[in-house]
Amino acid sequence: MFREAIYEAMVEEMKKDSNLFLIGEDVGKYGGEFRVSGNMIELFGVDRVRNAPISEQGQVGLGLGASVTGCKAIVETCFCDFLPVCADQIVNQAAKFYYMFGGQASVPMVIRSAIGGFIGGSEQHSQCLESWFTNVPGLKVCIPSTPYDAKGLLKSAINDPNPVIFLEHKYLYPVKGPVPEEEYTIPIGAADIKREGKDVTLIATMYMVWKALEVAEKLAKEDISVEVIDPRSLVPLDKETILNSVKKTGRAVIVNEAPVQGSTSGEFAAIIADEGFEYLETPIKRVGAKWAPIPNPSALENYVLPSNADIEAAIRQVI
Amino acid sequence: MADIKSIDKEIVLKLYETMLKIRHFEETESRIYRAGEQEGFVHLYIGQEAIAVGVCANLNKDDFITSTHRGHGHVIAKGADLGKMMAELYLRQDGYCLGRSGSLHIADLSIGVLGANGIVGDGNPIAIGAGYSIKLRKTKQVCVSFFGDGASNQGTFHESANMAGAWSLPVIFVLEKNLIGCGVESKEVFQSDALSELGARRGAAYGMPGFDIDGNDVMDVYLTAKEAVKRAREGKGPTLISCATYRKHGHWEGDTDIRDEAEKNEWFKKDPIDKIEKQMLDAKVITEDEIKAYHDRIQKMVDDAVEFAKKSPHPKPEDSLLYVYK
Repeated sequence: MFREAIYEAMVEEMKKDSNLFLIGEDVGKYGGEFRVSGNMIELFGVDRVRNAPISEQGQVGLGLGASVTGCKAIVETCFCDFLPVCADQIVNQAAKFYYMFGGQASVPMVIRSAIGGFIGGSEQHSQCLESWFTNVPGLKVCIPSTPYDAKGLLKSAINDPNPVIFLEHKYLYPVKGPVPEEEYTIPIGAADIKREGKDVTLIATMYMVWKALEVAEKLAKEDISVEVIDPRSLVPLDKETILNSVKKTGRAVIVNEAPVQGSTSGEFAAIIADEGFEYLETPIKRVGAKWAPIPNPSALENYVLPSNADIEAAIRQVI
Repeated sequence: MADIKSIDKEIVLKLYETMLKIRHFEETESRIYRAGEQEGFVHLYIGQEAIAVGVCANLNKDDFITSTHRGHGHVIAKGADLGKMMAELYLRQDGYCLGRSGSLHIADLSIGVLGANGIVGDGNPIAIGAGYSIKLRKTKQVCVSFFGDGASNQGTFHESANMAGAWSLPVIFVLEKNLIGCGVESKEVFQSDALSELGARRGAAYGMPGFDIDGNDVMDVYLTAKEAVKRAREGKGPTLISCATYRKHGHWEGDTDIRDEAEKNEWFKKDPIDKIEKQMLDAKVITEDEIKAYHDRIQKMVDDAVEFAKKSPHPKPEDSLLYVYK
């Protein structure tokens, strides 16, 4: 399960490094807002699984200070909607510490946060704000979509000497998938071809990967062969896999859960238009949320957020 | 006011010498900056020397401090190299940050200086992180967070003080109450009793001892900080020390000073270096000739630092792409 994969990554790494700790709201006895930390407090004790007061700036700053003085922090910010509260410590401090001080010390901190909608969370608990952090030199951003990717990427993030924003789509927490018994990592900055195809490249992120796969399966019955690419990390971004796919298919559709305008889809589209222009047979299509905050009732939420029908329609526009 | 005889003569002289280092460095920097020799901005510590010096005299090399935009005093008091500091102010390669960041971001991780910071109040959460790390690693280190009365209104102060109190972190919060934050005088934005008892009240709010002391009396600062550092090392938790002081120059060098002339003149009479010199002379710890010799020797140290800095090469433009990621 997605949440178990994240739990396993943290537990295994914390067993190896006694100076690695987790801090965040509800991570202690409560077991985590989304039950990710589970029984970690019993395994590691209160010093290393630290329930924090509602002080996101303070938590991230604490993680930073600890991470440059001999320890290493995983800071759990319940909802990515709260990241704006601590964006200052992330963007102005953590991202720039290594650079500003001329390389004297880097910040090996991971900030984990639950992202995305489809759970009736309303306007302030359903957003996809990943694009906010993709324009800040010094940060890395991971967006796994499967249990296998989550565990491998989180291990890499924990062992990366740079600050990593690790975003976990909350709808995916109960999703099951194969995870090896043996030790493995996935490098940050390596995309994954989730489904091979030859007629159109469909780039999807997080929960949209699953919708993309459903649409691809449906269209296969009409002999439309869709290749689904999962970037898995936004910074650094694996341009090569994306461009190689577009070279093969000649068509690109991008689906991201955030509203189209200003989302990371624009970045992918620009890269393809610039460096893959010669491969394109049609314009690039982007699918995303409509331009409104995310309302509560599922009928309205499903109207605002991208649907399988939206993805299918975009693909039909290019083939 | 502390009795000078209660402190070892060697310590008093060391406190004095470090204050002079800061004063001469900053006044030299002021002249250099006003002559247009440097790019960027500087925020000078002139007038507040007793605080950085009195506190840092109680720290070891492996203790940590977080500093502010007005950080030269803290960094010198913690033991930074004047040449590397001046080279950073001249934005040269031999500077602490390779000449890329300037005054606002001087750091020396080898002596526990976790950086001067350009976002007011952001040092406090980083300091409690160092405190948390100390506790987790079970060492006897401590961390001092320097910040102003302006910064004490930022949410980050309250979050940090609360966590430090809750978890008994070895952090000493040193509030430099200089009564102004850039263009906002503290009397405009604090309730008056809250301002006059800032240390006692805000310390109590978070479950830690809080003090309001004369920040221009280096011996008072030294002795109060000594207790606070001892408390932290013994695992007894954080302390808040509010030090009343006044900056002699503007917020940034060359700034408009909106403060009342009468208020300034009153405070300038309480210069911390004039104060300690008088105390030492009265107690016959030093002579007038020795004072002059100290000033001359230290000015020479600063002049050497300037020479070192001026000889250092400028960073290459393409070096600006280094150290984004490790």
